[in-house]
Amino acid sequence: MSKFTRKTGKGGVAKINTASLPDIVFMLLFFFMTTTVMREVELKIGVTVPEATQGKKLEKKSLASFVYIGQPLPNLRATFGSEPKIQLNDAFKEVADIQDFIAQEREQLDEADKAKMLVSLKIDRETKMGIVSDVKLALRRANALKIMYANTNVDEIQHLH
Amino acid sequence: MAKREVQEINAGSMADIAFLLLIFFLVTTTMDSDTGLIRRLPPIPDPNQEMPEDQQINERNILEVLVNKDNFIQVEGEVIQLGELRAVAREFIDNPNEAEDMPEMIDKQVNFFGLIRAHKNAVISLQNDLGTTYGVYLAVQNELLAARDELKNELSLNTWGIAYDDLDEDRMMAVDEYYKVPISEAEPKKVGGN
Repeated sequence: MSKFTRKTGKGGVAKINTASLPDIVFMLLFFFMTTTVMREVELKIGVTVPEATQGKKLEKKSLASFVYIGQPLPNLRATFGSEPKIQLNDAFKEVADIQDFIAQEREQLDEADKAKMLVSLKIDRETKMGIVSDVKLALRRANALKIMYANTNVDEIQHLH
Repeated sequence: MAKREVQEINAGSMADIAFLLLIFFLVTTTMDSDTGLIRRLPPIPDPNQEMPEDQQINERNILEVLVNKDNFIQVEGEVIQLGELRAVAREFIDNPNEAEDMPEMIDKQVNFFGLIRAHKNAVISLQNDLGTTYGVYLAVQNELLAARDELKNELSLNTWGIAYDDLDEDRMMAVDEYYKVPISEAEPKKVGGN
């Protein structure tokens, strides 16, 4: 059994070889780099999108513009109130601003991609439909007809309220 | 000449650098993958243009789904639970018995399938109240889409043994044509207070 006797002899703890530690960390790093996406906007509202079973994956993120609707975050409620608000890019906006926003976003796309533009609506599940309908009408006016109701995909809808 | 040994670079801090990068990515990125129900909104109708006569849809060809401000679901005058909606929508779209109160069917030529019995101009109309909760509205829409997607998938599996999502474009269009029942989102009515 001499194989298993300590080589250090002095009874100290043998040093663990950390040469492969960078490799392990790099592996983790690459995993996160490939599976996650960059945060584009800093959300000022709380959005928990509803659950659904039929959600399709967004194919090309570059073609999508995002409209967020929900209650302002708790620390902003003192200034902005707790009524659901619309957020475009980094600021609170009104329904009337959507048309300009869509025009701006469309301008940034290539000529060939303009027809494929998609608006992703990230709307909190507790929001009332009143504001959602207003946004939908504004999108129709802006001729941005391809939309996506963002949701989390589940096998069965559990929470309705 | 003495053999000069190449000095080894100390890689001890490599792990620290990698950790730093890792933490940077953890903080600046999000995990959520973007999924959603993809829908097409109707264009704003031209006020000068009158609706053509044959576009007027017969009462029996519409499945009217209403969601009120208390999130109750009503289909064709009857209050139902969300769980029942899929079966109701499925029966409406599939319409195997061609009953009197179900939508009109006509013979239609469809690629790959030949002559089939298909809907003349059936439509599912989803209407909500201004006070409806968005989560419920989307769940209802999800059930309606699910009913149609299920039928398409079954048809595809029965015909070619391939799931609908894996079909090529021509076949997908043929299946779409087979179950051509648009789900329309009507503008909301304000019934009662918010």
